[in-house]
Amino acid sequence: MKILVALKQVPDTETKIKVAADGKSLDPADVKWITSPYDEYALEEAIRIKEGKGAEVMALSVGGDTAKDVLKNALALGADSAVLLKGDGQGDAFAVAQMIAAYAKDKGFDLILCGNKGLGGDNAAMGPMLAELLGVAQANVVVKLELGEGTFKAEREIEGGSEVVEGALPAVITAQKGLNEPRYASLKGIMAAKKKTIEELDAAAVTAGAQVSALALPPERPAGRLLQGDAPAQAQALLQALKDEAKVF
Amino acid sequence: MAGAYATFTHITDYMGFEGLLTEEERMIRETARKFVNAEVLPIIEKHAQDQTFPKHLIPKMGELGFYGPSLPEEYGCMGVSNVAYGLLMYELERGDSGLRSFASVQGSLVMWPIYAYGSEEQKKYWLPKLAAGEKIGCFGLTEPDFGSNPGGMLTKAVREPGGKWRINGTKMWITNGTVADVAVVWAQTEDGIRGFLVEKGTPGFSAPEMKGKWSLRASTTSELVLEDVIVDEKASLLPNVKGLKGPLGCLTQARYGIAWGALGAADACYQCALDYAKSRIQFDKPIASFQLQQEKLAWMVTELTKGQLLVHQLGRLKDAKTYTPAQVSMAKMNNVNVSLEICRKARTILGANGILDEYPVMRHMANLESVYTYEGTHDMHTLVIGQEVTGIPAYR
Ligand SMILES: Cc1cc2nc3c(=O)[nH]c(=O)nc-3n(C[C@H](O)[C@H](O)[C@H](O)COP(=O)(O)OP(=O)(O)OC[C@H]3O[C@@H](n4cnc5c(N)ncnc54)[C@H](O)[C@@H]3O)c2cc1C
Ligand SMILES: Cc1cc2nc3c(=O)[nH]c(=O)nc-3n(C[C@H](O)[C@H](O)[C@H](O)COP(=O)(O)OP(=O)(O)OC[C@H]3O[C@@H](n4cnc5c(N)ncnc54)[C@H](O)[C@@H]3O)c2cc1C
Repeated sequence: MKILVALKQVPDTETKIKVAADGKSLDPADVKWITSPYDEYALEEAIRIKEGKGAEVMALSVGGDTAKDVLKNALALGADSAVLLKGDGQGDAFAVAQMIAAYAKDKGFDLILCGNKGLGGDNAAMGPMLAELLGVAQANVVVKLELGEGTFKAEREIEGGSEVVEGALPAVITAQKGLNEPRYASLKGIMAAKKKTIEELDAAAVTAGAQVSALALPPERPAGRLLQGDAPAQAQALLQALKDEAKVF
Repeated sequence: MAGAYATFTHITDYMGFEGLLTEEERMIRETARKFVNAEVLPIIEKHAQDQTFPKHLIPKMGELGFYGPSLPEEYGCMGVSNVAYGLLMYELERGDSGLRSFASVQGSLVMWPIYAYGSEEQKKYWLPKLAAGEKIGCFGLTEPDFGSNPGGMLTKAVREPGGKWRINGTKMWITNGTVADVAVVWAQTEDGIRGFLVEKGTPGFSAPEMKGKWSLRASTTSELVLEDVIVDEKASLLPNVKGLKGPLGCLTQARYGIAWGALGAADACYQCALDYAKSRIQFDKPIASFQLQQEKLAWMVTELTKGQLLVHQLGRLKDAKTYTPAQVSMAKMNNVNVSLEICRKARTILGANGILDEYPVMRHMANLESVYTYEGTHDMHTLVIGQEVTGIPAYR
């Protein structure tokens, strides 16, 4: 069985985000990059399938040179091979889905795993689009996955409950927190990854589906206000503020 | 409670130190850091308060390859660089010195002498098990009456008929002693000091735990009592070393790791104090805005940075096999000393909160009091450097 895991590099949650001069993208200076945590669940699942029933796991990322860190890490965790599709992996989800689809079609992947969304961007669009472009089945926001002979059974989170979907492979499965507990890269894995190479290819030319027109940080929270007076006076003032200023009534 | 500091995910890097590392060195440090953040910080204060070692972490650290990682792969180790090993010690001690001490003893004081002085059979038998954390080791050199001067030790081993040895003596202050499956015991013999592997359960051998420490409380410290212990020469005697250079060679390995490790504790305290100073308001301002506190923070980050560069250089020398024990002495002496001072300054910045276990500061500070003394006291390393530059030994 052949598994492709798509991994996105995203800014660490602790990075203090700055908007670049163009007003449309992140300023990459001082950004510390990590693998999107949802993609870590996807990779862990692939490695568990490999350990359980045997599989060949390929890690893929769309991005620039820095995205190689994500792939090195995937190799250290147990991926057999890695491909960097050189292109803009941070922008439009449809463009990224096209690049991955162009690479993955005709390569005989039985299963494509990715995070249900990229941390930060939170579009939750790439996986479903990829499945559509490849014309294969999909299950999204998956918290449990079982594979049969050419089939899958996935439990997914839905509003207020869970849903079990079954289908035929090949399929795209997008991972959600809870699918598994990702491991740490062992020193053995890290040393073994040194011997593996990352294949670098130019991503296919694609047409963008959407463009970012502006990016802005949320406004700074204004200072709090302390209400004065005794309890009845404070309650009165609060009610007034909720009515007139916050307009919740 | 892991406290406010659990979220710090980056090493303090003022001088582009990370840029000096190779890719796998950075990855190894990241793995150790993730491990410490997730598995150590949330539980360590309770272990320190209760005076217990977090035993459940032993196999996990083995799986990740944390024990003796710079030894060769043929014995179940990883063959990583000395800098990678140092970074590992840094991150472990950022969690707790007890954890780093465990790994130091296992890797540098037990696996290393078996690797360097042991027979092929001893290596094949012990090293993979110790690397995996299936077996635990300890290192018995110090005695009640011989600390800085171990050459005078009273523990004695005499040859018995039939390829056996009889060992008598008492060791003290032995990290991991009570939990160890095997002790590397150093003893006087008719041809000088020799090393013996003594297994747990050997008749006449016991390892009672020492209690009442105010330092390294999350580490097991024990006595080793050997009363007419009979061991088999082939299995027990380390054949390839004689004299004090045997144990001293091990200590050079461990001290190297300690010079890195202490900085990890200092880094945790510095980051905690910096964060605290920026958010603690007194006289309507963050205390970080007062010159007195800035002076402390500036001193802390400067010494931390100098320490990082010192051990990095030492690590590169060690990788090139051109380092000297006197260079290791300088790194151990300096880095433990400045780390202890960084922790003390951090403690003052936190005010009363500095004494609480909601913050890691007082724990690290108290731990480093042991580190200052063990593996050669601060004074002894000062005198080693003195001898190196003057040619005159001042400790005799
Ligand atoms: C928590 C902990 C764990 C330990 N783990 C181990 C272990 O696993 N295995 C092991 O073998 N040992 C271990 N030790 C022992 C440690 O190595 C010794 O404590 C250390 O070598 C110092 O010996 P001492 O305590 O007997 O002090 P002493 O040697 O009595 O020194 C007391 C003071 O005198 C000074 N001094 C001594 N000689 C001179 C001199 N010639 N000139 C100037 N000053 C001098 C010292 O610097 C020190 O300040 C551990 C100690 C601690 C605290
Ligand atoms: C065990 C214990 C028992 C105590 N018992 C009592 C008690 O019985 N009754 C009681 O009332 N209190 C008690 N205290 C509280 C003690 O008096 C305070 O901890 C002390 O006043 C310091 O205040 P703080 O801890 O809030 O530190 P902070 O005032 O927050 O100070 C933090 C750091 O900032 C520095 N700093 C603050 N302001 C400035 C400035 N303007 N310029 C430069 N540096 C500054 C301080 O020197 C310190 O290094 C106790 C404390 C402890 C630890």
